[in-house]
Amino acid sequence: MNQWRNFNKGFLRENPVFVLVLGMCPALATTTTAINGMGMGLATTFVLFMSNLVISIFAGFIPDKVRIPAFIVIIASFVTIVDLVMGAYFNTPGPQGEPSLYDQLGIFIPLIVVNCIVLGRAEAFASKNKIVSSVIDGLGIGLGFTFALVLLGATREILGNGSIFGLSFIQGDGILVFVLAPGAFIALGYLTALIIRLKKS
Amino acid sequence: MEYILIIISAVFVNNIVLAQFLGICPFLGVSGKVSTALGMSGAVMFVMTLATIATYLIQVYILVPFDITFLQTITYILVIASLVQMVEIILKKISPALYQSLGVFLPLITTNCAILGVALLVMQKEFNLVQGVIYAIGNSIGFALALIVFAGIREQLDLMHIPKGMKGVPVSLVVAGILALAFMGFAGIVK
Repeated sequence: MNQWRNFNKGFLRENPVFVLVLGMCPALATTTTAINGMGMGLATTFVLFMSNLVISIFAGFIPDKVRIPAFIVIIASFVTIVDLVMGAYFNTPGPQGEPSLYDQLGIFIPLIVVNCIVLGRAEAFASKNKIVSSVIDGLGIGLGFTFALVLLGATREILGNGSIFGLSFIQGDGILVFVLAPGAFIALGYLTALIIRLKKS
Repeated sequence: MEYILIIISAVFVNNIVLAQFLGICPFLGVSGKVSTALGMSGAVMFVMTLATIATYLIQVYILVPFDITFLQTITYILVIASLVQMVEIILKKISPALYQSLGVFLPLITTNCAILGVALLVMQKEFNLVQGVIYAIGNSIGFALALIVFAGIREQLDLMHIPKGMKGVPVSLVVAGILALAFMGFAGIVK
């Protein structure tokens, strides 16, 4: 029961994007469609899961003074793994020649390393807790982040393109501004207000 | 002329915060007052230019000759982290006045994605060293511009009556969106 609470806190109670306001750069930049948001979210989840696992194992051996650089190296290693794997398997262009997931996420894949959520969880949770709860924490926060990105991506895709997960349901164009940069800020602003309201009730 | 175009493109057309979504955390975090926004922009300008030079030299003289470019992410973040530490120590020693005004912002900069982002973008765009430095300076001016304008708006916003549900982060994001919309007016000046 306690572990279940630990897992599901990432979705609403401590959602990294809507409640803690962390990791805003990838949340705004990669959510032009729901699929892109999901790709970014799952890549971050993998890094969070693995870095929480390794850090909770080694936390006892790392001297306190070099804690942060050591965490950054561990995180950067997993980010490199994600980068290389995505470059190998998610790099085929779409049927109409649209850029691949790897190209669309672009520099935001290496930038997972400076995502405050990952270092924040390492410092605040994984370095102080046992392996099992650290792993569950990483998974919960990661999936909560993914949930936020998919929600924002879906909202922007529905309003901006008239489609959801690539399935179009209107003829012609949507409200184009939601696919562009300003729409990201505005959509996230209203979604945050909505989530805060839901959280209260 | 080429350098002027790089700067105009980085400041207005592809503004680092409002069009490329880098450095959103300090953009939302330290934009409460114009004075803190100025301090943060100064620190970013300083570190971004130094980090671009350092990472460029490491890329060209170490990573490429030894064919280990897959270590790019790890090397860059370590170089930036140690550079920030070094700048902090040197500033403390040689210019306590500057340290007083920039000091508190320096540790925050290590996890500022704008610094690493610009270092990676310089490599991606295949700039040479001079173009890279100009690009970094342009981007830091763009960051400063966005941050200071936004801080100014937020100071005014504090005096306004805002619906309860929108207070804090939501209204900041919507205002940032409208600011981004204004910056879209620059699109097309430079390719």
